[in-house]
Amino acid sequence: MSKTIKIRAQQKGDTCHVKALIKHPMETGLRKDKKTGKKIPAHFIQEVNCAHEGENVLTGLWGGAVSTNPYLAFEFEGAKKGDKVTLSWADNKGESDSVETTIR
Amino acid sequence: MKRRIFLKGTLASGAVATAVSAGLLSPRQVLADWPKNAFEAETVQDALKGLYDSDLTEPSDAVNIKAPDIAENGAVVPISVSADLPNVESVTIIAEKNGTPLAASYQLGASAKPSISTRIKMGETSNVIAVVKADGKAYSARKEVKVTIGGCGG
Repeated sequence: MSKTIKIRAQQKGDTCHVKALIKHPMETGLRKDKKTGKKIPAHFIQEVNCAHEGENVLTGLWGGAVSTNPYLAFEFEGAKKGDKVTLSWADNKGESDSVETTIR
Repeated sequence: MKRRIFLKGTLASGAVATAVSAGLLSPRQVLADWPKNAFEAETVQDALKGLYDSDLTEPSDAVNIKAPDIAENGAVVPISVSADLPNVESVTIIAEKNGTPLAASYQLGASAKPSISTRIKMGETSNVIAVVKADGKAYSARKEVKVTIGGCGG
């Protein structure tokens, strides 16, 4: 189980609905620390990838304007219950995480 | 498109190829074409140029934005974009008056439906612009969101 990603993939008719919640500070680099007055360095997810059975479904390119602890929901076709969906992210500091889930 | 570049990257390095087959993506490789210019652009036009090489978009009723009329907290503004268009290649979300307007851009694979929800930050009351690229053409829609407390800077 991934520490940073919560994901749910649900098959409804022909469409698979994927919802994901990622734990990440998403610092823009513009915010100032109220105590020291120094800028908090940018730290945000730049790319999110989602694949179904190894086939790329969605690539999200993100800037600092995506909210803290980003939420992402999308739909795709051609899946069935029991298929595997993987989601991964990578941020500007080179950190990354990925998770695999089974469509319910 | 994206995938092709990615695969090219993995061919160059056997170790990365192994990592990919194990289900682990190498962030360095993937990030190679994150459009820095577009995300750092300070105007909507420059952001679009950075993404699509052109800032021309055609306003279209086929692009739908679901966003609150009034967002109490600018740090978390839920945005849903959907499109009644065939062959959608990408969906881009822009907050017009943010310091750097481009918030997120999604590239859709063949099986993905043009229906995406996400949450963005908004510094002040402004239009949210959704740009959907389908069949090589860019279509757009906009919706005003009133922000009571800004979510950028703080």
